[in-house]
Amino acid sequence: MTSKEPTEIVVCPDGPLLVRGDFDLVDGDGAAVARSRETVALCRCGGSGIKPYCDGTHKLLAARRKAAQ
Amino acid sequence: MKLPHPRGPVSETLLNALPRNDAADALPELLAAAGDAAAATEDVLYDDDLQLALFCLYELHYGGIDGVDDRWEWDVQLLQVRALIEQRVESRLRESVAVSAPEKLTPQSVADRLFALAADDDGPSVSAFLAREATPEQAKEFVVLRSVYQLKEADPHTWAIPRLRGRAKSAMVEIQADEYGGGKPGRIHAELFANTMQGLGLDPSFGAYVDCIPAITLASVNTMSLFGLQRRLRGAICGHLAIYEMTSSIPNGKYARGFRRLGFGDEVTEYFDEHVEADSVHEQIAGRDLAGGLIAEDPALAADVFFGARSALYLDGLAGGWQLDAWAAGRSALRQPLDPGREVAVAVGASV
Ligand code: FES
Repeated sequence: MTSKEPTEIVVCPDGPLLVRGDFDLVDGDGAAVARSRETVALCRCGGSGIKPYCDGTHKLLAARRKAAQ
Repeated sequence: MKLPHPRGPVSETLLNALPRNDAADALPELLAAAGDAAAATEDVLYDDDLQLALFCLYELHYGGIDGVDDRWEWDVQLLQVRALIEQRVESRLRESVAVSAPEKLTPQSVADRLFALAADDDGPSVSAFLAREATPEQAKEFVVLRSVYQLKEADPHTWAIPRLRGRAKSAMVEIQADEYGGGKPGRIHAELFANTMQGLGLDPSFGAYVDCIPAITLASVNTMSLFGLQRRLRGAICGHLAIYEMTSSIPNGKYARGFRRLGFGDEVTEYFDEHVEADSVHEQIAGRDLAGGLIAEDPALAADVFFGARSALYLDGLAGGWQLDAWAAGRSALRQPLDPGREVAVAVGASV
């Protein structure tokens, strides 16, 4: 991508960080994290089974929290 | 697709007329039959004859039907027949799903409401059954039932793109581009589904099993075409897509688990695995930017966005219930058993 648009990070309420634009995704050693799409959703609930990506688990966690209330 | 077998007077007249390609004289009879059937049907969603006829009429706009002239697509009389059945389907749905269009919606509050609808849905869970209990035969039936949509996955929603503008259009294009594999050949989601079918020894050509598909499953696919093909219903198709995305990642994880439990490998599960990651992205875009963006631009469409969303949940519930009821009763969920002659040997998982 050669876009001059800034990279956008959407903080999804009770959900992932949606990252769109020109960016590199690297691990702690600076190695590229396998990535198969332009725009990604990064897990921030800690519950995903496919980290660093979101797999929707945050919705189950929210439902469990709600049920416990 | 191959010409299906008729299921009653309307589909019979239609499927006799189409391959003759010169059969305009049969159309008044068809229109009359469709009118009678639409008036008399007990429940259009479960009406095999009408749903099959509608499915075939829509198919003229997608991949076409073998031996049928593509010019039929815009035949005025056929469009009249289609409109007649569509009217019945749409009013049936509007009677069944309650929609109140809330006021003062922001894109985020639209997303919140749609996520809440999806979370509150307590319809029957085919995915939980697949994950834990389904037999190899039932798992195959599940894939056959899905194939009438999944082999043209994303196409019914794509019709909406030229009818959208601004934020909603960008969102729809971003989602659909990913559905079509981001430009990488072989990565179109419908093609990944075809791989799954092949891995199960099933015929991946579109419509190969249409004769096995019950009316209610056809109705859920037909409803997407009904919403997608009409500008007037662009709100409904956007709401429909949002709900599809929001009810996808977790069930697809369960489907993948079910097929692994049954001993199948990556060539079968890749489609489901891909959807876990993809739809976790899509659901965020579809709620806020697509549905929310559309309502921000045109608040008058809010009611239809929620109508489309609720229709998707309603129909999925009915179609899922059909499957689980049949399996619970020890029956096949298909209208007719899979033709054993058409199946090729299953290489993986054959022994389970
Ligand atoms: S944020 Fe979605 S799974 Fe963690």
